[in-house]
Amino acid sequence: MNQATEIAIPKAGFDWLPLALVPLLALALLPFVGSPSTWLTLTVAGLAMGLIIFVIASGLTLVFGLMDVLNFGHGVFIALGAFVATSVLGGMSAWIGAPSLLLNLGAIFVAMLVAMSVAAAVGLAFERVLVRPVYGQHLKQILITMGGMIIGEELIKVIWGPQQIALPLPETLRGAFLWGDAAVEKYRVLAVAIGLVVLGVMLYTLNRTKIGLLVRAGVQDREMVESLGYRIRRLFIGVFVTGSALAGLGGVMWGLYQQNVTPQMGAQVNVLIFIVIIIGGLGSTLGCFVGALLVGLLANYTGFLVPKLALFSNIALMVAVLLWRPQGLYPVTSR
Amino acid sequence: MSSLLTLQGVHTHIGAYHILHGVNLEVPAGELTMLLGRNGAGKTTTLRTIMGLWPASKGRISFDGKAIGGAGVKASTPDIACSGIAYVPESMGIFADLTVRENLLLAARGARSIEQIDTKRLDWLFTMFPALKKFWLYPAGKLNGGQKQMLAIARAMVEPRRLLLIDEPSKGLAPAMVRNMIAALRELKSTQTTVLLVEQNFMVARELGDGVAVMDNGRVVHAGRMAGLAQDDEMQQRLLGLSLASHQ
Repeated sequence: MNQATEIAIPKAGFDWLPLALVPLLALALLPFVGSPSTWLTLTVAGLAMGLIIFVIASGLTLVFGLMDVLNFGHGVFIALGAFVATSVLGGMSAWIGAPSLLLNLGAIFVAMLVAMSVAAAVGLAFERVLVRPVYGQHLKQILITMGGMIIGEELIKVIWGPQQIALPLPETLRGAFLWGDAAVEKYRVLAVAIGLVVLGVMLYTLNRTKIGLLVRAGVQDREMVESLGYRIRRLFIGVFVTGSALAGLGGVMWGLYQQNVTPQMGAQVNVLIFIVIIIGGLGSTLGCFVGALLVGLLANYTGFLVPKLALFSNIALMVAVLLWRPQGLYPVTSR
Repeated sequence: MSSLLTLQGVHTHIGAYHILHGVNLEVPAGELTMLLGRNGAGKTTTLRTIMGLWPASKGRISFDGKAIGGAGVKASTPDIACSGIAYVPESMGIFADLTVRENLLLAARGARSIEQIDTKRLDWLFTMFPALKKFWLYPAGKLNGGQKQMLAIARAMVEPRRLLLIDEPSKGLAPAMVRNMIAALRELKSTQTTVLLVEQNFMVARELGDGVAVMDNGRVVHAGRMAGLAQDDEMQQRLLGLSLASHQ
């Protein structure tokens, strides 16, 4: 087009250090784990867990970045997605039980699609009824979104019952791939693949489309985005609904990862996703990705090495990261 | 000359504070009007009120004859921007994590990609602000203060706008940068674009202004031609607490 792109000089240096922490952490713990095959199993499990957390947390970090909304009710979309999946997969038992990878994947795909649609619709209502009246009021946001999550949990109990429901893996996704002595669960490989696809779509949208550009700009300075003539509220609703749908997708993935679902699962995962978005830098998608991988890996390594420290490890990670970079791994510049 | 922008008895409250106390201001079409005044006089609040960022609690703001602000008017900031007004805030409002290219693309509302921006206009901007071409793919946050200011102004000009509101563009800039900026704004003036420019630097005001309005305590206390104020030391002393001699 114009000469500008032809004479453009290279981009300024990218900050690789936080991203490098992921392989560094994995390699640093290899000697402690001892066996390379166990290490490989734990690493794949950690990456799968990390990518599921990323899918769930990515919407939340953008919601906070765009409108300063602290949505403590995000967990309800996770549980909702998982419970919807139990119903959908329950109705497709023939596909789930069939020894056909295609049918099994088809059933999971349908369950994910339905879970995302339901979570998105509930997310839209959640934003309209609960979040919109408390824009700019953090204390009220915390109270009302937590209240929303409690109500959501109770409604889930009304619909599906209070007990734990099994969410078994489809026939062909059970078991593990064996590479030498290492056993890598098939579903975890699928979870990594789905997480990477979501990451790819998200990075493409954020970096290559005008909508994505607006989201990134809005996270930095929403007032200026409005001054340029764009309606940030519409954008925010879109991001909120997308974030809810992704939480629903993450709920299905998490439920299949745990192979059971409970109405409280959203609240339990909530703690992890808040750690992730704080570690990553509030509003930062890349930071959220790196934070999620670190949390997933560390939880699996410490769960194996020192099980009693598994819960503490992620808090310790957050403290260490914030001591190093108080604004998170990839802080959003204008915040 | 007819007024493109008119403020009539505009009051603005920010929380418990009453900042503007009935601002009356006319910005003639095709002219560069300076808005001067001491710190805290209400200049920035006036621009933000015009943009709808702080809504006027009383009075009326009209742009090209249509009400865009004031009591009972429901125009939002995006509506006001889409009516043809561009705003360059004092903070510059640069998206630091976005590249220069992405900052300009965002400002071009009609373009979905950089290829859809008018190439001639882009080249015109590059002539005025060569640094933007040089740092095309750089994150805007890496630019120096002067380059960021150039980007902020270029962003307001990337598509034709009927009115530009620019808040203290010379603030914190080195003298050489200020000269570049004056040259760019002079070029902008030559296109007959209407500009309302807030400035603390009287030398900049004298070089660029056609008309002038001076604010004090949330009101416009003087309105007239810039040339008249530039020649009247006594009026400068009275309105702005300075004399031109002290700036020469």
